[in-house]
This record gives sequence, C-alpha cells and structure tokens, in this order.
Amino acid sequence: MSEMQDYASRLSDPASRKFETFSYLPELSPEAIRAQVQYICDKGWNPAIEHVEPENAFDHYWYMWKLPMFGETDVDRILAEAEACHQANPNHHVRLIGYDNYAQSQGTAMVIFRGPIKV
Amino acid sequence: MAKTYQAGVKEYRETYWMPEYTPKDTDILACFKITPQPGVPREEAAAAVAAESSTGTWTTVWTDLLTDLDYYKGRAYAIEDVPGDDECFYAFVAYPIDLFEEGSVVNVFTSLVGNVFGFKALRALRLEDVRFPVAYVMTCNGPPHGIQVERDKLNKYGRALLGCTIKPKLGLSAKNYGRAVYECLRGGLDLTKDDENINSQPFMRWRNRFEFVMEAIHKAERETGERKGHYLNVTAPTPEEMYKRAEFAKELGAPIIMHDYLTGGFCANTGLAQWCRDNGILLHIHRAMHAVLDRHPRHGIHFRVLAKALRLSGGDHLHSGTVVGKLEGDREATLGWIDIMRDSFIQEDRNRGIFFDQDWGSMPGIFPVASGGIHVWHMPALVTIFGDDACLQFGGGTLGHPWGNAAGAAANRVALEACVEDRNKNGAEGLEKRGGDVLRAAAKNSPELAAAMETWKEIKFEFDTVDKLDVAHK
Repeated sequence: MSEMQDYASRLSDPASRKFETFSYLPELSPEAIRAQVQYICDKGWNPAIEHVEPENAFDHYWYMWKLPMFGETDVDRILAEAEACHQANPNHHVRLIGYDNYAQSQGTAMVIFRGPIKV
Repeated sequence: MAKTYQAGVKEYRETYWMPEYTPKDTDILACFKITPQPGVPREEAAAAVAAESSTGTWTTVWTDLLTDLDYYKGRAYAIEDVPGDDECFYAFVAYPIDLFEEGSVVNVFTSLVGNVFGFKALRALRLEDVRFPVAYVMTCNGPPHGIQVERDKLNKYGRALLGCTIKPKLGLSAKNYGRAVYECLRGGLDLTKDDENINSQPFMRWRNRFEFVMEAIHKAERETGERKGHYLNVTAPTPEEMYKRAEFAKELGAPIIMHDYLTGGFCANTGLAQWCRDNGILLHIHRAMHAVLDRHPRHGIHFRVLAKALRLSGGDHLHSGTVVGKLEGDREATLGWIDIMRDSFIQEDRNRGIFFDQDWGSMPGIFPVASGGIHVWHMPALVTIFGDDACLQFGGGTLGHPWGNAAGAAANRVALEACVEDRNKNGAEGLEKRGGDVLRAAAKNSPELAAAMETWKEIKFEFDTVDKLDVAHK
C-alpha cells in the first residue's frame, strides 16, 4: 500500500481553487478539447464561450465572449472563437458551455484554458 | 331509474368488476398484484380490491342510495397473469379523480393502500404501479426546485453530483462531525449528508451540528472556489420541531436540507417541500422504511409507486438504489424508476416493470441518489447507468480511504471526471469495459485515486436480488 500523503489544499494557495467539471483532471490537451466540442455539437447543444479573472471564478456570471453560437456545429469555428477569447484574455479562465435550450439549462460547462491563478 | 334498498351482502363483482370499462384520461389507475385465498375467483378478488379501496364496504347500506355510487366507485377493469407466478395475478383498477383531495398524496394512499391490504379474502396484495393523470399531477406542489434549478444554484453541469454520507452513523460530536464534512468537501465532493438516523440525539444536538457543518461548508467553498452543500436532516418528532430546524438552517444560509419521507410521513413531507419552494432551499429525501414496504414480491407497495408519491409530495433528491452496490436493486427495474423520477413522460414498458404511461406535465424532475457500498471501481458503471442527472454518494468509498476523507473525495472526483471525459469522447457504450483503463490512466495523475484503487479492488456485492421483475417461467 502506498505511503500516506498530505492533502495539499490551502486557503492561502490560489492553486487550490477549482472550477467545476474537469478541474480535477490535468489541463485538457487540444485533442481532448476538440472531442468535448464535438460532444456538445453531437448533443445538439448551443456552444458558448465565457471568461473571467481567476480570482472571480466563484461568481455565477462570467463575461460572455460575444453571444452563444446558436446552431453552430463546425468544431473548428467553435475552437477558433475559444482561441480568440483566450488570446484576448490570456490571464483569464476560459469556459466552454453547451446550452441545452430544451432543459433550459447548461448541458455541460468546462474550463478549457486556465488562467494563471494569482492571489 | 331509482333503485330500491335491499339489505344484505352482495358479491363484489356484481358492482365493481367492469371488464367493458374504458378508463378515462382523468382516472387514477392502479395495478395490483393479488394473491387470493384458495377458492376465491379472480374477478371477485379484483372487484373486492376495487371496492375496498374506494366506495365499498362488506354489506349494503341504505345511505349508498343517497349518492351516485356508479359515478364514484373504483372499477376493476382488467386481469392479467403474472409471468412466473401462477398463484397471483394482476388486477387493474380505475378510480374517478373525484375520489381524491387535490394535491394530497396522503389522501390518495389512504384509499389505495388502506384497509384493503388487510382484507381477509387475500393472502397478499401488492400495489405494483399507479398512473396519476396529469389533471391530478397539476394539483400537487411537487419538487421544490427540480434538477435544472439545482444545477443552476450549485453551478454543477455536465456531470453527476458527488456526495457522501458522514459516518459513523451515530456517536460523533458536532464539532468532530463538522470536521468530517469539511474534509470531504475540500477534497472535491459537492455535497455531504446527514445519516438518516442523525436527528437530535444527546451526543449531538441538531443546532450544534448545523452551526459546525455550515462553517465547514463556508470554508470549503472559499478554499476550493466551488459551491458546496450538506443535507441538514430536519426530520423531527413533530412538524413544529421540523420547521424550527428548517428555519434555523435557512438563517445559517444552508443551500439544502433533508427529510425522511416515509418515517416522517407524507403530510410532513408535503408541507416541508412547500416550505422549501417558498424559502429557496433544496430538499434531499431519504427513504428509510422503504424496504419494509417494497421488498416482498407479493405484498406491499413497489418502489416505483413510492417514487411517484415522493415526486408528487415534493423533494429534489431521492435515493434510488445503485444497481452495483451493497443494497437491493434489479438493473432494469431500477432504470425504470430512475426514469420515473427524472423524465417528464414515461411510457409503459413491462420489461422495466412500468405498467402505465405517466405524464408529469410541467412538474420538475428529481435527482436519483445512488448510495450504498459503492467505490471508485464502480464509477464507470455508475456513469453508464445513471448518466449525469444523478447524485452518486460514496460513504465508505470516501471516508474509508487510507489517507482520509479529503483524499477519498479527490479520488472519487477524479474518477468521475475521467469517466465523463471518456464518455463524452468515446460514447457511453463500452464505458464499462474501458473503465479499468480509464481509471488506471487517471490514477497516474492522482495518487489519491491510485490509493483508492489499491484499497477497494477486490470488493464486490454479488448476491442475487430478492425482488425481481416478474418474468415468464413457461
């Protein structure tokens, strides 16, 4: 059995902050992000991009990057928008959302670019 | 034409057996599994059940003639063989909606499973399913918030919620209990839970527990940047005491409270659900006592009916069984009542034990809660079976981690996210087969998950279920 380890999580360490789905996995690779975008398209959800300063990530409302891409199913165009948002806000978390208008909720949401977490 | 009064005993089937009857869209329909005493004809037994659960009594009374019993009576309208069991049969009964008080689960069940269950002409009786017409559904308050609102409030999307029941069940002090909660939440769980028998005992009074738990939640939220909750159990000896505890939970800012709907009762539950709607607090429902009612294949009330009762009475979560853990639950039947909890329309499907179409109208759905003997190795199966709209609760599977609750929580969270990521990429089909590889790959970046996989690898629960779906034997 492996030797016992301390659970390293601190109020004082901004790196301890998480941001919901997939934030306990290593940062997604470009291929992995592409697969998740494809999943959103396959589900018939409307993709959207949002971003925020890491220190404000707890808020429900992040900044919308333009409007949700209603009806967009071209994975490359969606990835290009996400990349454009990331380039314009390199220090922000960038979140990919799939809006499910039938459930009137978000089908999924995940941070695909992680901003450097400062105090 | 007016009837004349004739005292005496009539056979039930003269009045209550109506094979020619076509049920109305507004009727409440019930399917009973009847095991009659030897020598009692099927039609008579079915009619007796219809009579005794509606307008009938054992003898004619003159006051019957002051009303229109032909309008109010329950009608046994069909009989079917039970596949695999020749001693019993299914009887279908239609009840006019006027027999029931609006919005009262209490009233419906007082009729449907009242005196009739002790009726001497029957050896056993089981309520298998009930069709609630949408006209009746719309009179009920239902879940205080429902699945989508809970997701929005807690900011959890694209995956199941993760929870844990704090153990030991009894005996912890409030402060030590809060510690256990804090460790689970900081490690990555979304929710923790009071065990059902934690109410307000001498070793831990409710008020102290609520205060320490809320401190744990607030600190874990600041530490992780995620929204957290703990089901504060407000189940109490009296409704007055229950509301007192609920009010205090609200005062502390608790996002969710908890109630035991069978031991607490439908009356208390319906009232509390309405209170939760009014006060913006989520409601987790435990089902202690359910197995007393639903486990015997010939007698009692099937869980799919108890699940419908709870959806009408109100709750945002309800324990559903896990299929894969330590507690009873046939896979197909469980899938059936999970749909009954979550979907807005469920079609008749005998392969899953569903006897009627059920239309819930605009009533919100409930998160099924899978809890009991599950651990990280079950995750691929749980994600496959339950999908995202469920709450997966790992009690021993979190607290029993060799490095403690936070590590146990992190292990479960990593396992869940790895399975969801893989499912989104490669499809739900085959996830159970790929699961081992998915977990092993994820464990490379998570020593907590690696340790959990070492600890629980060999544990399996492979007893056969006692209550199975009825399947043909000939």
